[in-house]
Amino acid sequence: MSARHESILNHARSRYFWVALALSLASIVAYVWHAPDVGPNGGTWLGYTLGTIAALLIVWLMLFGVRKRSYSGAGGTLRGWLSAHVYLGTSLILIALLHCGFQFGWNLHTFCLVLMLVVIFSGFFGVYSYLRYPTLMTRNRESATRAAMLEEIGELDQNALALADGIDPKIHAIVLRSIQNTRLGGGVFSQLSARDDSDAALASVRAAIAARETQAKATTNPQSGQTIFAMVDFLASGANDRQTEALRKLIDLLSQKKAIATRVARDIQYQAVMEIWLYVHVPLSFGLLAALIGHVVSVFFYW
Amino acid sequence: MTDRFRIAIVGSGPGGLSAAARAAERGESHVLLEAEPHLSNTIYRYQKGKFVMDEPGILPLRSPVPFKAGSRETILGAWDEAAARLKINVRHGHEVSAIAKRPDGLFELKCANGKVVEAQFVVLGIGLQGNIRKLGVPGEDLPFVQYQLDDPDEYEGETIVVVGAGDAAIENAIALAKQNNVVIVNRRDEFARAKKGNEAGILKAIEDGLIECYYNAGPERVDALSVGRKKGRMILATANGKAQILIDRVIARLGATAPRGFVEACGVEFPSKDPASVPAISPQYESNVKGLYIVGALGGYPLIKQAMNQGYEVIEYIRGEKVEPADEPLLKAKFAPMPGFRSVDEALARVQKNVRLLSHITPLQLREFMLDSDVRTPKSGETVFARNDYTNSFYSIVDGEVQVVVDAATDQRITLRRGEFFGEMGLISGRRRSATVIAGAGCVLVETPRRSMNRLINSVAAVKREIDQVFILRAIQSRFVPEADAAQLADVVASATLQKFAAGDVLFNEGEVGDCLHLVRVGSLTISRNIGGKEVVLSYVPAGNYVGEMALLGDSKRSATARASIATETVRLTGESFKKLVARMPVLKLRLQAEYRQRAAANLAMQALPSGGDVIQFLLSQGAGEATDILLIDESLCVRCDNCEKACAETHGGTSRLDREAGPTYASVHVPTSCRHCEHPHCMKDCPPDAIRRAPNGEVYIADNCIGCGNCERNCPYGVIHMASKPPKKPGLLSWLLLGLGPGPGEAPVDPKKKKEAKEKKAVKCDMCKDVGGGPACVRACPTGAAIRISPEEFPAYAQSRR
Repeated sequence: MSARHESILNHARSRYFWVALALSLASIVAYVWHAPDVGPNGGTWLGYTLGTIAALLIVWLMLFGVRKRSYSGAGGTLRGWLSAHVYLGTSLILIALLHCGFQFGWNLHTFCLVLMLVVIFSGFFGVYSYLRYPTLMTRNRESATRAAMLEEIGELDQNALALADGIDPKIHAIVLRSIQNTRLGGGVFSQLSARDDSDAALASVRAAIAARETQAKATTNPQSGQTIFAMVDFLASGANDRQTEALRKLIDLLSQKKAIATRVARDIQYQAVMEIWLYVHVPLSFGLLAALIGHVVSVFFYW
Repeated sequence: MTDRFRIAIVGSGPGGLSAAARAAERGESHVLLEAEPHLSNTIYRYQKGKFVMDEPGILPLRSPVPFKAGSRETILGAWDEAAARLKINVRHGHEVSAIAKRPDGLFELKCANGKVVEAQFVVLGIGLQGNIRKLGVPGEDLPFVQYQLDDPDEYEGETIVVVGAGDAAIENAIALAKQNNVVIVNRRDEFARAKKGNEAGILKAIEDGLIECYYNAGPERVDALSVGRKKGRMILATANGKAQILIDRVIARLGATAPRGFVEACGVEFPSKDPASVPAISPQYESNVKGLYIVGALGGYPLIKQAMNQGYEVIEYIRGEKVEPADEPLLKAKFAPMPGFRSVDEALARVQKNVRLLSHITPLQLREFMLDSDVRTPKSGETVFARNDYTNSFYSIVDGEVQVVVDAATDQRITLRRGEFFGEMGLISGRRRSATVIAGAGCVLVETPRRSMNRLINSVAAVKREIDQVFILRAIQSRFVPEADAAQLADVVASATLQKFAAGDVLFNEGEVGDCLHLVRVGSLTISRNIGGKEVVLSYVPAGNYVGEMALLGDSKRSATARASIATETVRLTGESFKKLVARMPVLKLRLQAEYRQRAAANLAMQALPSGGDVIQFLLSQGAGEATDILLIDESLCVRCDNCEKACAETHGGTSRLDREAGPTYASVHVPTSCRHCEHPHCMKDCPPDAIRRAPNGEVYIADNCIGCGNCERNCPYGVIHMASKPPKKPGLLSWLLLGLGPGPGEAPVDPKKKKEAKEKKAVKCDMCKDVGGGPACVRACPTGAAIRISPEEFPAYAQSRR
């Protein structure tokens, strides 16, 4: 174990990059040198060789899923496996294209190729997200855990509710609605879009702050909903100073909560992005395996 | 009015109860005095349904009272039943407040309730828990004033006053505040006595208004009320006058008075001031006061079964019977491989005669010591331990000799003979073995585990003195001049002193005139320089290394500041004697200069980094200075897949021993909640069955004889130990994938039956996958290389790798 952190790309001095590069170069050299009379295709001896290599590579690349789940026992580090998975998976594009001799058609064979390309490119997105999002996630969290942030939201809600309770039932109802409308996470799209549904209620609260500021100039925002009117009415009605103070505090609390809720939503978004591509990558790779079997069988039976 | 008995037994814990039962069985005139209205208060106060274990399993139980591992209720039930069946003469509510021996030889036991009991013999089995401190004000015994809390969820919607500022009080208050109106009363103006986490928790709860707190306040009176909705009221004396609170309940958690004062007042002597020391007792458990016997935890035997056996034996001894101690067969098996073994007593005598270090202790202590230890008879040429092993046991040479390889390159060896000892360096520093030891001819060794040896060192001053003397000599010899013999070093050793530093203490400052050299014996140091008004850490000095030599050799000013990164102990060598040594040994000067050049180069490299030292400083502030191996996660690589946690759970019976998310982060370096395998593990401090061990490669692990008491969980400052029971078995990969049987790999195990009965819970912690090939599963399972494990020596290199 070395006393440093290495990413999957420079694992073991990018050993697998060189392996993949050598494999690719060897394939290109063989392809150029081979030049059969019928033109390069999957049916020549080189075509078969490259096809066999590609098929074995696909099976081996899929074994990564098994290795990832076998936690005990030897077999190298998972980091090494992933590094090799990425580099050799990339070289697969070239090998497969050389295997088919750049012949495409509306058939199972090309379908197989397309499926493979989709799997590989979804993998590229995975590599990109693995390199980009972890840092963003750390920065967004500011060393708090998600559980702690959620807890803080809960506390801010409780405090806001208690504060609102002391002001007026109307305000209490608004805050309660805002709390009930706060939704974090949820379905795939709400996770990816990083929206928390408390937006609407919170926006109206923010509008209330703005309205209160402009209230001195006696201009009210005609766009704002009932919420603002309730708040503004309150301030305008010249309620006693303590309540005004409490209301200001309440607005502080709500915006504080909004800030954290946004951070949590973004946290969920980052994690979702780092996982979502797997839902394409993995099922399609199983589809690819099936198509590959079809491809191999059909070639041997109908060729 | 006084009662007279032949034997008075104080305390109805396992030891006392067993003694009373044996006395009753034998028809002896006896009385069992118990302060509480129930038997065995310590076990009674365990939480409901707690599983109590019966370690050590190999020791047979010898008592008329049954005891088998099981839930607290089963055990207490069986004991109550046995007490009734054997017609034990038990007196509840008799808290003994004084024991005095009268001139006529009889003991007079005064009880807090005014009763007096006379007895010819006294058996003291009061344990170490002590008496619970009560409020000490009128109303302290009202039914709604309680001194323990079993289940905080039992109460709802009540107004509860919690008195106390310790961990127990805070934990109770926070747990109760969920469903009740809680007021906490603190005699002082802060919660400094509590653990950090608890302190933060209570302050937050107070700030949030969940708990009301009275600082600088104390209860003055508790009254029961017959009218109104509340059961009573408490009058508080506060800094601003009196306050009255209407209450449903008072929970006072004021700790306990340690029993030592009481025991000493009975005339029993303790061998040392160390709070861990126990009174010296004879092989028959008799103290220095004739006729006063001590059994159980108070006598240094914390396990239930041991105490019960002692209870039985002590009655037999009082009756003048000869009993073979229950551990006799165990000792016999231990001594059997010793050449010329005839009987246990003779073997013990031989050990004590040959090993001077052990001549300072009582025969019973030696027996206990030998029970923990192992007798080894390695063949000539066999390796006892190798250099860089992480073992920390201590060896005494009973017969024959061993050879210490001082310098592997030249195969220079020192021979140690009968009566000498070795292994003290690893024991004291908590670090790797500094040399390989090879057995010589006719070698008989006693190997003692760390805990037993530390207990001996702490309780017998003569042993400590002797070991320290030898340590200083050998440390100087091995670190500076292996070629010198003891006589040549005598003056340096004589002028050397041991110095202690707390974490953060400065040994010397940059720019000071140097007059001494420090050889780190326990703990570690950081070397830092003031660069541009900021203290920059340049290097980390673990135990076994020295600082401050250059000021003695060349320029007289200190070139950097040395600071203890954790609690540290050094051997301080005076400048004068060290200079003399250098003058006498020219080879030493060359050696020092060579090492200095290396250090200076490394320091320069660190100084060149803009913020290189910051990472080290951050890690050390997380307590990494006492680590031997720490898990670090690079958050710029971590994709939060939690595969590390899954791998940990999968390789360790379904419970992850690491919490990836928790823990601080600095510059993308995250220190997760995971065991650091400390040099001097806090978890080892107070393990009744001594189940926490260190493996040769440094892994601190918990052996199967864990009794699940939870002491290690409480003692670990890093929160990496928890109590868990074994989860159900999982299906294989294929049957999960194809048949959908049970939870898949990495998924949390579900218990279909969800039984709520007492389950055997044991402590679990990281063992660095010492039984799994290929290194720690968390690191191996990290797909992106974000998780690594490193030791503090590698911090500078690590900091440099992060630019």
